[in-house]
Amino acid sequence: MAALINVPAKAKRGDIIEIRTLTSHIMETGFRHTADGALVPRNIITGFTCRYNGAEIFRADLFPAIAANPYLSFFTIAKESGKFEFEWIGDNGYSSTASASITVE
Amino acid sequence: MQTTRRQFLSIAGGVTVAGTIPIVTLRPLEATPAMLGTAIRNIVGEAQIRTGKVKLDIPPLVENGNTVPITVSVASPMTATDYVRSIHIFNEKNPQPNIGNFHLTPASGRAQVSTRIRLADTQKVVAIARLSDDTFWQVSTEIVVTLAACTEEMN
Repeated sequence: MAALINVPAKAKRGDIIEIRTLTSHIMETGFRHTADGALVPRNIITGFTCRYNGAEIFRADLFPAIAANPYLSFFTIAKESGKFEFEWIGDNGYSSTASASITVE
Repeated sequence: MQTTRRQFLSIAGGVTVAGTIPIVTLRPLEATPAMLGTAIRNIVGEAQIRTGKVKLDIPPLVENGNTVPITVSVASPMTATDYVRSIHIFNEKNPQPNIGNFHLTPASGRAQVSTRIRLADTQKVVAIARLSDDTFWQVSTEIVVTLAACTEEMN
């Protein structure tokens, strides 16, 4: 699934940087019914993790009250050049990953 | 029996829906303030929750409850010894009281998260922060929603 990641390409050591992620997912709540009354089964992203050079810096547990195409923004301190890895997991074995690089001077 | 404005409107709304679409709709599930309290206690345990430190940035009037931008920030130096461990967002009247749990570290630098949420009704939203010294701080705000999310029918 497509994900949009916004991480600054360059940062000074010690800067606080914002990381923004958007991934495409229906986030079906499991509380809706079709016109003939059948319950639409839940299908959501339940977890998100961000690792910075292997170390977990941010984790989220998501519930049906998160809007479709979950958007998350959070912060971290730029400490070294390297890679951010993002992982979304969800119902029905859903799993999706993305990554972004940063150069820290 | 007195009929409150809310009851009247929900009955009137039900009649309109039944009149235009010839099917039986189930009443939407709705969390109660008691469920909100239970959900909060599941996170907080027996600890005391104090008011302050947490800031909730969310529009007070929402036209479309399907996507409501929300930002929670906590006043914290975010050092190795004094930081925000986690931020939890709850609602009062969606079918489920939880919205999200966000786990931070001292490496976060700034205790702030943003996302977009669904709100099924005009209701209260609560944000609770757990600090590294295991104290809990909260803020709550009332949000008016004109188009509800979560329980509408699929077309």
